[in-house]
Amino acid sequence: MLSLIRGRVKMLAIAALVVLLIIIPLQGNAYYTSVLIIIGIHAIVTVGLCLLMGYTGQVSLGQAAFYGLGAYIAAVLSKTYHLNPWLAMAVAIIATAAFAFAIGFPIFRLRGNYLAMATLGLGIIIWILFRELDWITGGQPGFLDIPTLSIGGFAFDSDLSFYYLVWGFCIAVMFISQNIVNSRIGRAMRAIRDSESASQSLGINTIMVKAKILALSAAYAALAGSLYAYYVGFIDPPPFGFLFSIRLVAMAVVGGLASIWGAIFGAATVRLLTEFLHPFGDIDTVLFGLLLMVIIILSPQGVTRGLGDIWRRLSRRLSPS
Amino acid sequence: MATWQLVQYVVTGITVGSIYAIVGLGFTIIYSVTGIINFAQGEFVMLGGMTAFSLIGLGLPIPVALMLAVVLVTLVGVVFNLTAIRPAGRASSITLIIITIGGALFIRAVAGLYWGRDAVALPPFSSGASLSFLGAYIRPQSLWVIGITLVLMVVVYLLLNRTLVGKALKAAAINRRAAALVGIDARMMSLVSFALAAATGAIGGIVIAPISYASYDMGVMLGLKGFVAAAMGGLTGVWGVFLGGLGLGLAESLAAGYISSSYKDAIALIFLFAVLLIRSRRLVAGEEAAA
Repeated sequence: MLSLIRGRVKMLAIAALVVLLIIIPLQGNAYYTSVLIIIGIHAIVTVGLCLLMGYTGQVSLGQAAFYGLGAYIAAVLSKTYHLNPWLAMAVAIIATAAFAFAIGFPIFRLRGNYLAMATLGLGIIIWILFRELDWITGGQPGFLDIPTLSIGGFAFDSDLSFYYLVWGFCIAVMFISQNIVNSRIGRAMRAIRDSESASQSLGINTIMVKAKILALSAAYAALAGSLYAYYVGFIDPPPFGFLFSIRLVAMAVVGGLASIWGAIFGAATVRLLTEFLHPFGDIDTVLFGLLLMVIIILSPQGVTRGLGDIWRRLSRRLSPS
Repeated sequence: MATWQLVQYVVTGITVGSIYAIVGLGFTIIYSVTGIINFAQGEFVMLGGMTAFSLIGLGLPIPVALMLAVVLVTLVGVVFNLTAIRPAGRASSITLIIITIGGALFIRAVAGLYWGRDAVALPPFSSGASLSFLGAYIRPQSLWVIGITLVLMVVVYLLLNRTLVGKALKAAAINRRAAALVGIDARMMSLVSFALAAATGAIGGIVIAPISYASYDMGVMLGLKGFVAAAMGGLTGVWGVFLGGLGLGLAESLAAGYISSSYKDAIALIFLFAVLLIRSRRLVAGEEAAA
């Protein structure tokens, strides 16, 4: 009964979120709309990281590289090779996922600290390639004039249309992820997180599951990266570097590592902090460092879950028993 | 290729490799005592160089400034351990990774705000012209770097293997509960390891700053390379790190000289993968034993 009510409440909350997302941009402030587009794009990457880190227990400190691969592959194919932008996006997603899947087999022989270092190194190598392969990627100066997405005669060239496109993808990704978490592979993921040896003894092919989830998270990241490239129309290496990987971890931690819908909250919090603190220089990075440490020590479940716990404790104390 | 060129690359490689060894030493100390990979290790190195620069700027005599810088960074290590590592207790490795990453980000960002984005140079420890050796030029500071690295390695080796503190550190690493039974406080040992690692990191930052400058964002790559050196040494002994650091430094400098300097950092990363994958079986076994 309780879980039924909780399920209802969750459905209501999600419905409210969707309605809110539809209404918000109608206020017409272009700046807010552009911030919300970026939040949606980051939330897509963050969900993938939550699946990998929160549900499967595997660290990735190089997620920005997959995001960058998606952006660069989509941009180069659609601009240099005149491929249809949707097709370029599909190729970017599939190629990035395939790369992640392939690299998953050697890399997931490592665990914990070593996996963290390996993914950190992988992210930096790919970032160096973005910078150095300048005849393909445009190198430091960047890659200009990326075409935009369109369906039939309708081009997603306004912020408002792009907003609905991004959030449509984002909500779809959330639902897919929720279903994955509740499926057989979702149970395998949690089993691996809790004990890898026990999962193996139950017949779970742990490396295969981990590689698949890495591929899925890379696919999400590539989707988000290509959306970013089409939205901004220009890409250069800095947004895809090590710091963005850490920022993504911060988003996942703030939203709750093992929380699908929390990813939106995490992405929004981190982005809004950056926007608000921008006039004061790099204060936001100082704060993210602190946030990471404080949240993971005090409330490893994330801020939303942590506040829920405090609320429950308070209400228990207040209610006459 | 000319001989002097090769000699020049080798000298550069050994100098830079010594620094990697010092950074790697910090990883090794903390890991062997606590099982934690401290992602903030590179930031201790950065803090060493930058703090020394500021203290010299205040007009302190250079030796005093350098020593004070080491003391201050050691304090940062102690505070980091007390405020971020200790409250986490026996947390999972993901939690500890996120904590030390958060610490690294925090230290780096504060340094960026305080010192700005420009790179700074320390004066070399001794003046004098470069020495000439087989046609290659050797800066006196290179000799300082190599000498200090060797001394530091020997000191840390003796400290870990020949003193009571070293034995206590080892005992806490091998069996926490048994160590506690004979009165060794594992939390204290964790604190000592962070203090030691911060001190060695700071020394590394100080000795390299006259050669390759110091800047607020030097920590990430130096940390990563130090980790490669430590991982090549198996993250246990002092001399393994030393050889690992020299190997990496030489490979990097030769590759930069004969191939291309824009891929110099990539060499370290290729080394990283090679080490991790070749040693993966042993490393994973170690990780499980530590858990």
